[in-house]
Amino acid sequence: MGNNTVEATDQNFSEIVGSETPTLVDFWAEWCGPCKMMNEPLEQIATENSGKLTVAKLNVDDNQSTAMNYEVMSIPTLIIFQEGVEKKRLVGARSKAQLESELAEFV
Amino acid sequence: MTEKVIIIGSGPAGLTAAIYASRADLNPLMIEGFNRGGQLMITTDVENYPGFPDGIMGPDLMEQFRKQAERFGTRLITADVTAVDFAQRPFKVWVGQDEYEAGSVIISTGASARWLGIPGEEKLRGYGVSACATCDGFFFRDKEIAVVGGGDSAMEEALFLTKFASKVTIIHRRDEFRASKIMAQRALDHGKIEVMWDTVVEEVLGDQSVSGLKIRNKNTEDVEDIPVDGLFVAIGHDPNTGIFQGQVELDDEGYIIADGTRTSVEGVFAGGDVVDKVYRQAVTAAGMGCAAALDAERWLEEQEAT
Repeated sequence: MGNNTVEATDQNFSEIVGSETPTLVDFWAEWCGPCKMMNEPLEQIATENSGKLTVAKLNVDDNQSTAMNYEVMSIPTLIIFQEGVEKKRLVGARSKAQLESELAEFV
Repeated sequence: MTEKVIIIGSGPAGLTAAIYASRADLNPLMIEGFNRGGQLMITTDVENYPGFPDGIMGPDLMEQFRKQAERFGTRLITADVTAVDFAQRPFKVWVGQDEYEAGSVIISTGASARWLGIPGEEKLRGYGVSACATCDGFFFRDKEIAVVGGGDSAMEEALFLTKFASKVTIIHRRDEFRASKIMAQRALDHGKIEVMWDTVVEEVLGDQSVSGLKIRNKNTEDVEDIPVDGLFVAIGHDPNTGIFQGQVELDDEGYIIADGTRTSVEGVFAGGDVVDKVYRQAVTAAGMGCAAALDAERWLEEQEAT
């Protein structure tokens, strides 16, 4: 887990995404190769948008009920929440530049 | 600054080329691509790579390759090459606005999974349609899944998916598999796997997520809808050569035409799945990457001598 990202779990999920600050949740797992490619860009985005955007990581192995609630069927899946509401969903790995353009409307 | 060698792509071929080029003091620059590590990054157990009698996970194997390349000084750029110009030397390689020059280039961009190209497939990708069982299988616990294809990767995907799914149906357009005997037999013997022979998928059904498939039997021409929650596509691969069109000679299927590792452009070498449509193994790709680096080294020496 990076320094600037927070760990989301089944227990703290609604608290984390309930914030007024937009929250990007990365649904990932240890066994997912493409998920690992997202670590670096997400860490950078978290650092560069500190205070404007929260980046959270949710391990789908350990937090299956949240993954099921949001009908995640493929990882990496990134969902942007604001005040608890899903605003945008990105399925599949993205480069940092692609992520930045997808996130532009929120930060 | 002109690099001695730029390596494009970071699967087994590219990283082996990097290990050899580094050890030959060519100080290679590898532009590894956003999808670094190549196809092995989306596999699980690799059981046929020599030296690992108990098997190794694909992503772990590629991490080892990468560490070995870095140990000898390979420099890595984790981005996609966007354009190349091989018309004159030094060769030019672009990553967006950044321009790099090189005396020689090794192409090892590999291949990517092919899609069916049928209605509903693209719309439902990530919502039940997948080309990566190891990424997405987890989400199909106790669900019914179809796998399309008849090669080793289709067998691997189907077998892997039995860990999660209640039932896996392999849909294959012929009346026998072209997979290796050991893999085909494992699939045929598995209690959760059924096979529909001589059958093609015509449409993926579903609104928010996959609800079923429209299939057609090629013998009877019967068309029917079958309910499934997921569709995994494993029908082969296409070489990643879009950026090389018009730069080096490609065959009808887009593979780079090479004599050994030499492409149609002197000083540009290629190895791995971007060239090879016959073997397509991690170990053969690694061998070709090694050969490409040795050929590039020899060629650069000849250039300096003249």
